[in-house]
Amino acid sequence: MSEFLRVENVSKKYGDYTALNNVSISVPSGSIFGLLGPNGAGKTTLIRIINQITMPDSGRVFFDGQPLRLDHVNVIGYLPEERGLYKSMKVGEQALYLAQLKGLSKQQAKEQLKYWFDRMEISHWWNKKIEELSKGMAQKVQFIVTVLHRPKLLIFDEPFSGFDPVNANLIKNEILKLKEDGATVIFSTHRMESVEELCDNIALINHANKVLDGKITDIKRQYKSNTFEVGLLSDNPEDLKKELKEKFAIEKTDFKSLEDELKLNIQLPGNVSPNDLLSFLITKAQVNHFVEVIPSINEIFIQTVSASKK
Amino acid sequence: MKNLKLIIAREYNSRVRNKSFLIMTVLSPFIFAGLIVLVGYLSTLNRSGVRNIAVLDHSGLFENSFENTSKLEFTFLEALTLEEAKTIGQSGSYYGLLHIPEPTENFNFSNQPIEFFSDETPNVEIIQFLEKNLSNELTNRRLVINGVDLEKIKESKISVDIRLEDFKGEHTSKMSAWIKVIFGGVAGYLLMMFIIIYGNMVMRSVIEEKTNRIIEIIISSVKPYQLMMGKIIGNTLAGITQFAIWVILGGILMAVASSVFGMQLQPDVSANQEAAAMAESQMQTLIYEIMRLPLKTLIVSFFVYFIGGYFLYSSLYAAIGAAVDNEADTQQFMFPIIVPLMLGMYVGFFSLIDNPHGTVSVIFSHIPFTSPIVMLMRIPFGVAWWEILISMLILFLTFAGTVWVAAKIYRVGILMYGKKPTYKEFIKWIKY
Repeated sequence: MSEFLRVENVSKKYGDYTALNNVSISVPSGSIFGLLGPNGAGKTTLIRIINQITMPDSGRVFFDGQPLRLDHVNVIGYLPEERGLYKSMKVGEQALYLAQLKGLSKQQAKEQLKYWFDRMEISHWWNKKIEELSKGMAQKVQFIVTVLHRPKLLIFDEPFSGFDPVNANLIKNEILKLKEDGATVIFSTHRMESVEELCDNIALINHANKVLDGKITDIKRQYKSNTFEVGLLSDNPEDLKKELKEKFAIEKTDFKSLEDELKLNIQLPGNVSPNDLLSFLITKAQVNHFVEVIPSINEIFIQTVSASKK
Repeated sequence: MKNLKLIIAREYNSRVRNKSFLIMTVLSPFIFAGLIVLVGYLSTLNRSGVRNIAVLDHSGLFENSFENTSKLEFTFLEALTLEEAKTIGQSGSYYGLLHIPEPTENFNFSNQPIEFFSDETPNVEIIQFLEKNLSNELTNRRLVINGVDLEKIKESKISVDIRLEDFKGEHTSKMSAWIKVIFGGVAGYLLMMFIIIYGNMVMRSVIEEKTNRIIEIIISSVKPYQLMMGKIIGNTLAGITQFAIWVILGGILMAVASSVFGMQLQPDVSANQEAAAMAESQMQTLIYEIMRLPLKTLIVSFFVYFIGGYFLYSSLYAAIGAAVDNEADTQQFMFPIIVPLMLGMYVGFFSLIDNPHGTVSVIFSHIPFTSPIVMLMRIPFGVAWWEILISMLILFLTFAGTVWVAAKIYRVGILMYGKKPTYKEFIKWIKY
């Protein structure tokens, strides 16, 4: 997959405070890229650099193969974490204004607006002021002004914070559709469940440094510990547990099941395959449950962040 | 450039379409005119009423020296002692009591002075009037004693009216200085008001974008510098629109007023030819004097100084707006803005009346933070073109500097939330 955005050794300092330290990321085109990190890690600074709101002290950014230029902002759609609209301006007028600032002609902007307003079923709001709309309604308008100039790169900073569940779901589906249509999406968040669901690639930033990046599947493969979660039905669970303890590293665990089984996490040494384990277990007990433990992004996140603290 | 135009248009429209702008623009000339009429009416109310003064003349010299005027009436109290007269004077029907004791020889009152009794502190004009009359009478009497023929003196009196003319040979009148002060003062004052009102609008508009949290969306499309300039220019245009409407409305109002008062003047013309002729010639001098003012220079300079001064100050207003989260926090930064404006205003007024081309006013008309006001006030008195040019040049150079500094503060400030900034931080931001 070709590369759409590349950030190369970018650093940014505010006085004595280092916001970004030599960070590089690569965003494949047509993918959804998750930019993760705790609050204050430097995510927003990186996003602002891509949006040319702030300039990096050093390092370069390549957009679609070219060094970042001023007119690139016209093909970026940005939904900042701190967002809002002019309260006393009419919905249609405001959307037209923002679209024109993104380089659309008035005519183009009107056409696009009509498409999106019909699609979101909000055409009758055109002459309403934002302050007359409910929060959820304003969120729809907010989303439309982010995407209506058909940007090639979409950047969402905490997109689901502040959105109610219905709108969050609506927007999630719209983002997936935009991706299908060829847009590249960058997601900045610390809500991991949405990352698992949507992102193809991630980068984890902590204390101004990139600590981890790559494809989600690769990262998970890298972080899995060859551990299996098993549920064993046996007449004598205590003896079985002792026997297993001699052979493997085990740990008590819990999951939902119908029977009162012996529930364990078993970590395999490198020379033992899952099949070996399974065939061994079959001789000892009835195997009701056998699953490889794959760390969630959340676990990896917490693990990496706390590791980098030390 | 296209974005700048869009921003200017949005700012302009959101100002001009605002209801309070319409009301302010249309109503304030009427309110202003109404206030003038009201103040004029009230001060005539205050003046009306004849004041009655009791005179107790023990010298018997002044029987004929106090004639009733439109404002003062004199009642001579006969054959009373001072104590009795005081009781009458206190009874309330008199404004005051003038007591003239028996003089020593040669009309000398140094032993027993002439006195005036009243409840309230007497009006200075009245006292001066009394003193003048008394002094005239006594002087005349002394002249007679010294053998001077009063008739001869009257005959010899000649009044002189100096005609004012400048070295270019054009006539001026005594009114001219006042007209210049008024024209200059009004222009300077208007400029100051516009700077404060429209500077505040720029500031509020910046704060609005910050509190609405739309700012980051906008500056992901345009440069903060463009946004700031767009705001400043948009508001300038709104200000010029308002000013233009006021000029037009004021013109109409003036025309209406003069035609109304003109009709009232009509009967007077037949009744009192002389007074009417006087009024007419005064009116003519007034118009003549106004026409003689460097009106073109004044109008052109007004616009140039308006733009320069306004840009200078509103860039500061924009920087302040960007630095704070809400309007209440702006107070601490308002002081350094208001002080030079007020200083310009006061220096302007006082030095104008005293000496419009004195050192103080010349210096202040070149300091960019006061020059728009002070120079505008000086222009009616005639200022050399190169002096105006230098002052404008300094103003525009400074303005370029403040815009640069303000843009830096603005750029950082608009993305800062939840922190009350200090001057120290401003300097840090400029260095970023």
